[in-house]
Amino acid sequence: MRAVRYERAADASAAVAALAGSPHGRYLAGGTNLVDLMKLGVETPDLLVDITRLPHDSIETVEDGALRIGAAVRNSDLAADPVVRARWPVLSQSLLAGASGQLRNAATVGGNLLQRTRCLYFQDVGKPCNKREPGSGCPAREGVHRDLAVLGASPACIATNPSDMAVALAALDAQIHVHGPTGRRTVPLDELYRLPGGHPERDTVLEPGDLITHVELPALPEAVNSAYRKARDRASYSFALASAAAALEVREGTVHRVRLAFGAVAAKPWRAYTAEQRLTAGPATAESFARAVDAELAAAVPLRDNGYKVPLVRNLAVRVLTDLAERSREPR
Amino acid sequence: MSGATSAGASGPTSGPTPGGASGAPALGAPLQRLEGREKVTGAARYAAEYFPPRCVHAWPVPATEAKGRISALHVDRALAEPGVLAVLTHDNAPRLAETEDRTLAVLQSPRVLHRGQHIALVVAETLEAAREGAAAVRAEYTVEPHDVELRADHPGLYVPDEDNGGFDGARSIGDFDTAWASAPVTVDAVYRIPALHNHPMEPHAATAVWDGGRLTVHDSNQGTTAVQRTLAELFGIEAEQVTVIAEHVGGGFGSKGTPRPHVVLAAMAAREVGRPVKLSLPRAQMAAVVGHRAATEQRVRLGARPDGRLTALAHEVVTYRSTLRAFVEQAATATLSMYAVPHARTVHRVVHLDVPSPSWMRAPGECSGMFALESAMDELAAACGVDPVALRVRNEPDTDPDTGRPFSSRHLVECLHEGARRFGWGGRDPRPGVRREGRLLVGTGVAASIYPVFVMPCRAQAVAEPSGRYRVRVNATDIGTGARTVLTQIAARALRVPPERVSVELGCSDLPPASVAGGSSGTASWGWAAELACRTLLRRFEEHEGPLPGDGLTVSVDTSEEVEATGKEHARHAFGAQFAEVTVDVDTGETAVRRLLGVFAAGRVINSRTAHSQFIGAMTMGLSMALMEGSTMDPAFGDHAERDLASYHIAACADVRDIQAHWLEEEDRHLNPMGAKGIGEIGIVGTAAAIANAVHHATGVRVRTLPIHPDKVLSALEEAARRGG
Repeated sequence: MRAVRYERAADASAAVAALAGSPHGRYLAGGTNLVDLMKLGVETPDLLVDITRLPHDSIETVEDGALRIGAAVRNSDLAADPVVRARWPVLSQSLLAGASGQLRNAATVGGNLLQRTRCLYFQDVGKPCNKREPGSGCPAREGVHRDLAVLGASPACIATNPSDMAVALAALDAQIHVHGPTGRRTVPLDELYRLPGGHPERDTVLEPGDLITHVELPALPEAVNSAYRKARDRASYSFALASAAAALEVREGTVHRVRLAFGAVAAKPWRAYTAEQRLTAGPATAESFARAVDAELAAAVPLRDNGYKVPLVRNLAVRVLTDLAERSREPR
Repeated sequence: MSGATSAGASGPTSGPTPGGASGAPALGAPLQRLEGREKVTGAARYAAEYFPPRCVHAWPVPATEAKGRISALHVDRALAEPGVLAVLTHDNAPRLAETEDRTLAVLQSPRVLHRGQHIALVVAETLEAAREGAAAVRAEYTVEPHDVELRADHPGLYVPDEDNGGFDGARSIGDFDTAWASAPVTVDAVYRIPALHNHPMEPHAATAVWDGGRLTVHDSNQGTTAVQRTLAELFGIEAEQVTVIAEHVGGGFGSKGTPRPHVVLAAMAAREVGRPVKLSLPRAQMAAVVGHRAATEQRVRLGARPDGRLTALAHEVVTYRSTLRAFVEQAATATLSMYAVPHARTVHRVVHLDVPSPSWMRAPGECSGMFALESAMDELAAACGVDPVALRVRNEPDTDPDTGRPFSSRHLVECLHEGARRFGWGGRDPRPGVRREGRLLVGTGVAASIYPVFVMPCRAQAVAEPSGRYRVRVNATDIGTGARTVLTQIAARALRVPPERVSVELGCSDLPPASVAGGSSGTASWGWAAELACRTLLRRFEEHEGPLPGDGLTVSVDTSEEVEATGKEHARHAFGAQFAEVTVDVDTGETAVRRLLGVFAAGRVINSRTAHSQFIGAMTMGLSMALMEGSTMDPAFGDHAERDLASYHIAACADVRDIQAHWLEEEDRHLNPMGAKGIGEIGIVGTAAAIANAVHHATGVRVRTLPIHPDKVLSALEEAARRGG
């Protein structure tokens, strides 16, 4: 039987040191995805470093009004945080749209960010998968891919990132604080995830041993008027078919500031920069929103069974933006 | 209610009797589930929760090819795993006697007939070692091309002589073709249902112990008598040498209705390693080996006069079976009993595919078929401009069109009217796609339900103890339905004592043999035997003089003759009507069921509490089927792609909002002494059609392929918008 070493770290430095030299080691927090994958044989770590006792479990407002969220904060706690609900409602909504109550109680912010794709082929060790076994092939392209990517995919991989929270964080310009073997650094969330290209086995730019310690949300005035909308097969405990996170500030009928990201359409939360550019300084109307979103989605490459994602994400984005525009007209 | 409350007056008046007034609750009383506390506190033990001394664990290895022959099995690495005791394969597994169900011939041949078929079993000291050993087994195959896709033009399709349940593969009344050709109004539509999976909460599990030549198995199944007999046959021993126990079962929905391979594997492994063996199927392996509801493609043609009266009906089903097992989903069987139509035919065409074997899933046949028929009836209502409730009432038959016999009782029209009243159907605007609440479209739909009355011969014993207590022994199985509670009520009523004085023993093959918990036949079959045993005991008791002997009075009964002699002259079915209100989000195509209401006429309801649970449970499963459930047959690999509860979606609590079940008091003297029809399955029949019809009423688009996923609705809405200009 494979032996798995288990160590419990007291602080970030100790955790990073514990994992150093163990390329097949993993940090263990909520375990809601990692343990499942271990049971399936997809993840086969030889070392688990338990980071649940690290002192990264608080949510603090720091200078400039930014919010510093510990990576060990449970999804439920972050969703319920009064400051988050008031100033970054899109984040709270995205968290509550994810998983189930039980999972949100266990899952951490760091673990949520680093959860793996739910592509059925990735999770079945009896089948090829380039993400799991580089070079083995991608049966999803011809097979079951209703849930998979329409943007940014490659011939090697069409996996989607399953996180709801990360979509909101992408729209909010979150900064990911990383403590790694070579020191500390900050990675913008939008640069955390990689598109698959020829190396779908690498989900993120993190190196072995890197530990996410915090997520920082910059103060954004428009984030007060933000929302998340997710379409799914059932009302709870199901991943998005598509989702949209947006923040919007309208002044005198014109888009002053806008942030927009799509979920479940790519290997990363899809920050819609093209749409944002077209929207900024334009009219805050449904027609204008639709044109801008369509421009973003022009790059979509749908497959046999996932073409619905293009109109679906467009409708979601237009709906969220329209609702936010209406709300921004109301006195708050 | 009448009956039981006055029965006490003639109760026994001497010896250890209850004395005076009965105390037996009326049939229909909401007696609480007797084992409810044990279940919610975790004290109730299921098959994998028995820990005999020295028990070891088994983990099956599934085939990773859909068709072929194993050319080599490498088990050395598995055997080298610490804790692994044995790896059973077709090379070294003991030979089993042949049985009719070839899915039970485990590890008997190198042939692989579907992906996921078990090709080896690893037995180890711990669960983890067994799992690790299983992962280390390597198989080489001589692969053959596989054929796993159901197509209506498949050249291998044929009409079987009979379907599941012994029903005819094809039936005909009058002359459909001529009537169809001249029908003034016609509906011709094809409906599709994907493979559906039972997925009971408790996976299939067994703990097997051999003691010399005796085998004892705690097994999760719907009938231990059948499992006992099958194991005895397979291992070449007498049935008396086998005891199968299923004290508590965490659901089955048909998938535990026949012995399944896991119990054979557990018993085989226990004998081979000489220690007790526990085997609990991993969820992801279940879809391949426990049965599923076969996908169907159903063409329904309805011909009618302009007022909606049916003149012609054809219901043609295309489906598949596996190459291992002759199970054909009888989807069109109920159709001919539904409506007055002079010219009708039903046909099932089946093809053998290299897929996992389909089997029973809650209301096999009726559930699938009535989605198609009741959707088509809704389309006919629209085509004729007749209200969907009125259309069904207008086509109510006097006698069963299928058999020509009178119905023993039939209150479909009453269910429709009562449901319409409770639901607020009256004054419904029939126009589709016109009710808007913000970004939601709102609609309502109705469908009828039917489920046949089945009753099986059964034996039982009743014992009067000197202490004044009674025991009723019958090998029923309580799969979560409330059978234990209901049988206690039936026995208490027959004995005219309070239920606290009665203990029902069930769930063990050492008890008097009984039929499976299936076909909604349990209460009728087991209850009949329990009732007969208790009545017989009461007579014996009244004749008895002096104190009871130390071991009490015991009577044994067998209902074979009574069952055989009853019901031949009548068509016997339960009926119901289901109403749904849905909202459809115009931006996403997401459908939510705002209200679901069913009214049923199913004979006498014995326990209103557990019956209500059965009805709303089945309706929830029907909601799930309508909107979420279904797996994809992966053509490249030959397996059902969605095999866990994260990817195979069943309704969550948040999807079930306002759900109501009601029933009519129905007197039927042609059933059994209790006057009960089955209630376990009818609740899932028609639900999906009611919801699909409501989606059409809401949106104007008709989704004829289940499940009604957001992408299908959205695409249909966009297509309709394009066509509409």
